[in-house]
Amino acid sequence: MAEDRVDKHRRRFLTVVTTGVGAVGAVAAVVPFVGSMSPSARAKAAGAPVEVDISKLQPGQMLREEWRGKPIFIVKRTSEMLDTLDGVQGELLDPASDAGQQPGYVDMGTRSLKPHLLVLVGICTHLGCAPVEKFAMGAESGLGEDWPGGFFCPCHGSKFDLAGRVYKGVPAPSNLVVPPHRFKTDTMIVVGEDPEGVA
Amino acid sequence: MKKLILILILAAVSPSSLAAEATEPLDPVYTNLGNKASLQRGAKLFVNYCLSCHSAAYMRYNRMGRDLGISQGNIDEHMMFAADKPGALMTVSMPEVKAKQWFGTAPPDLSLITRVRKPEWVYSYLRRFYFDAESPHGWNNSLFENVAMPHVLYELQGVQRLTGHDEHGYPRFEMQAPGTMTPEEYDEAMQDLTNFLVYLGEPAKLERYKIGTIVMLFLAGLLVLSYFLKKEYWRDIHYS
Amino acid sequence: MSKFLEWVDRRFPLTKTWNEHLAEYYAPKNFNFWYYFGSLAMLVLVIQIVTGIFLTMHYNPDAETAFASVEYIMRDVPWGWLIRYLHAIGGSAFFVVVYLHMFRGLLYGSHREPRELVWLLGCVIFVVLMAESFMGYLLPWGNMSFWGAQVIISLFGAIPFVGEGLAEWVRGDFVVSDATLKRFFAFHVAAVPLILAGLVYLHIVALHRVGSNNPDGIEIKKNKDADGVPKDGIPFHPYYSVKDLVGVVVFLIIYLAIVFFLPEFFGLFLEKDNFLPADPLQTPADIVPLWYFTPYYSILRATTESLMWFVRGLIVLSVVVAFVRTSKPTAKGIAALVGAGFFIGAFIFTPKFWGVVLMGFSIVALFLLPWLDQSPVRSIRYRGWMYKTALAVFVFSFVILGYMGMHNPDHVSLFIFKNVVWAQICTITYALFFILMPLYSVWDRTKPEPERVNFK
Repeated sequence: MAEDRVDKHRRRFLTVVTTGVGAVGAVAAVVPFVGSMSPSARAKAAGAPVEVDISKLQPGQMLREEWRGKPIFIVKRTSEMLDTLDGVQGELLDPASDAGQQPGYVDMGTRSLKPHLLVLVGICTHLGCAPVEKFAMGAESGLGEDWPGGFFCPCHGSKFDLAGRVYKGVPAPSNLVVPPHRFKTDTMIVVGEDPEGVA
Repeated sequence: MKKLILILILAAVSPSSLAAEATEPLDPVYTNLGNKASLQRGAKLFVNYCLSCHSAAYMRYNRMGRDLGISQGNIDEHMMFAADKPGALMTVSMPEVKAKQWFGTAPPDLSLITRVRKPEWVYSYLRRFYFDAESPHGWNNSLFENVAMPHVLYELQGVQRLTGHDEHGYPRFEMQAPGTMTPEEYDEAMQDLTNFLVYLGEPAKLERYKIGTIVMLFLAGLLVLSYFLKKEYWRDIHYS
Repeated sequence: MSKFLEWVDRRFPLTKTWNEHLAEYYAPKNFNFWYYFGSLAMLVLVIQIVTGIFLTMHYNPDAETAFASVEYIMRDVPWGWLIRYLHAIGGSAFFVVVYLHMFRGLLYGSHREPRELVWLLGCVIFVVLMAESFMGYLLPWGNMSFWGAQVIISLFGAIPFVGEGLAEWVRGDFVVSDATLKRFFAFHVAAVPLILAGLVYLHIVALHRVGSNNPDGIEIKKNKDADGVPKDGIPFHPYYSVKDLVGVVVFLIIYLAIVFFLPEFFGLFLEKDNFLPADPLQTPADIVPLWYFTPYYSILRATTESLMWFVRGLIVLSVVVAFVRTSKPTAKGIAALVGAGFFIGAFIFTPKFWGVVLMGFSIVALFLLPWLDQSPVRSIRYRGWMYKTALAVFVFSFVILGYMGMHNPDHVSLFIFKNVVWAQICTITYALFFILMPLYSVWDRTKPEPERVNFK
């Protein structure tokens, strides 16, 4: 009875192919379930870019906005404030902003699109507290005689300069994040969107 | 409480007694979600004529634009009258309380209208408004008698008067003052609008059939394989 | 690999479990079409649990937002529509599979000794599944969800004395409300699935203790070879695992075809009134439960004053059958006493209450089947015309009851009779299938069972 003999090759081949195809189907079946956990249209709509009118923002002042549930700081820096940026370089952890905490299209020296207008995500890179602005220089700030102005995180004392760069010797490991943003008009910033022509 | 139960049981035992549904037969309508141009025309009608009173509160503008191939710029300029964010829901600004004062009832949300009523019903309803001097707002509908909604599209359809019903129960109308559209154009426009409302009822329908086809083909292949696998193993089993 | 297996086996009976339940679980080799539905029911349970977990991530058990959250799942959540359809249609698929699984038992006598416990556990699973599905149906908070729950919970009100209070307790309010929704949600997603999983485990443990029945209804363990392996048995794995795989793929093709191409299934699986949000002031034109509940709903509606004389007759008939079939005086006494109680009750209590009682009995009767069925053979293959006819009448009654439950009782949907009359006739024949079983299963002229299983 030749036909009764088990054709081992055929059997193994069929087992392997069916298992393989079945596994492909199983993986495909996982896709919708994994996919369903990524942000929904509602979350995306809530996280859509926000437009901020800066026409009333005075030099030396800061504006707080919210984007994707995070505080956004928009600072109109004065020329004096910008002048401090070079002086503090030696005390900074990452003065050249090499760690990629900002989009590639901002100027690395001022960490902004336009030198006077700095946009930052107001979340300390240490443990996620919100830093406060300490723009006043010297003892008035409460941070010592030689404080040139910047940001201070009250949770664990991390310090940042007026471009959001972190000082050495504080708990925060990196510079404050610059979010994607663009100028829709001279007085209108869109946070969450790259400038046109940038992928 | 006893009374409530009595009502419930009565409702359960004699269901037909409660709703006074019109018994007119419906006009057939051909809807095709593959026809993007029709959906776009329907969307335009919907946004311009329906959305001022009826919301589609589960639908987002940008989703509609993406699905129907309407650019965001177009939506911003010509469609978003009541919202500013691209991902906003298609709500109306008319407060419900005011709506009840004006119409006696709040205009229902239209997101799911073609799933509650058939597309044929919606299409027939849109075609069967007529002038009725006795109605408070001058309009009536032969499919939905004494409906609170006035004929918003009369400029397009024109003003017609109900003259009776034919032997199959279909209403007969007489055009009194023609609208900007010919009757054929109006029917086509209403077909587009109905088509859009079908899309609105279930946007996923656009991809559902496509994915379903792939899944069916895959399973057909797996069926062949598993059948031969079973046959191969069962050669061991002797039936005697 | 084998070293790792050894390591595990010293700490956990992995190989032993594998062998006991798969590789060395000997199943009769003559399983036919009807034997797919057990493993398919398991598959559907898994599908329901997985899709249910993912729906829970997005659903709001809150009367204000529940309906909107379902539409949120359908539109805003990536793939949400698919997961929701899988779950909603999975509910109907569950009942299709379970009904066919139960019918298999009636065909081949799977409820008979020594599988009474397997059958009883299965019946409990069925009841729990009905509760699970009923509570799940409220969650979309559509108008049919709301009114369906309203009507069914109000049935508790028909119970004398405590009914009103009980109905309020179940709802947690004077009408179906947010409180009801929240407790149904808790039961539907946590409590009942746990119970269900436990019961399914017990069902399988009990089955593997006594072994599977087969279309011939004979005991394969009576014929063993020298190694103690049943001659007509084959290892479940690989033979039935590859065979069930074919069944699974065929099932998936039908199930997914409905999910992708006909999710509403002509209003049977997703009802049109449920696309309207719950509205306590607006009753749907036809309050219809989902299709798998309509047979029982039909029995409920069929119990009117005109049926009560038949109900009294059925009570008397039950006592007569008990007297004929038992010789013990105590048993006769109990039967007479219980029967008298019911008979008097049939004059005191309203038909509305009796509707609830009959609906309950239509399911309780299933539990009694192992003892009502007294036939010397198990399988329909060796039974006579009486059981075959009775089973056919039963299935016919069940289907007609289901059909009538979807239609207005006052209309004539079939022929000659009003729907309610059809439902009354079928309620009686449904009851007679069980009440007369102790007689016709014995009187039936059976054929001798074979020594070994057949293939056909």
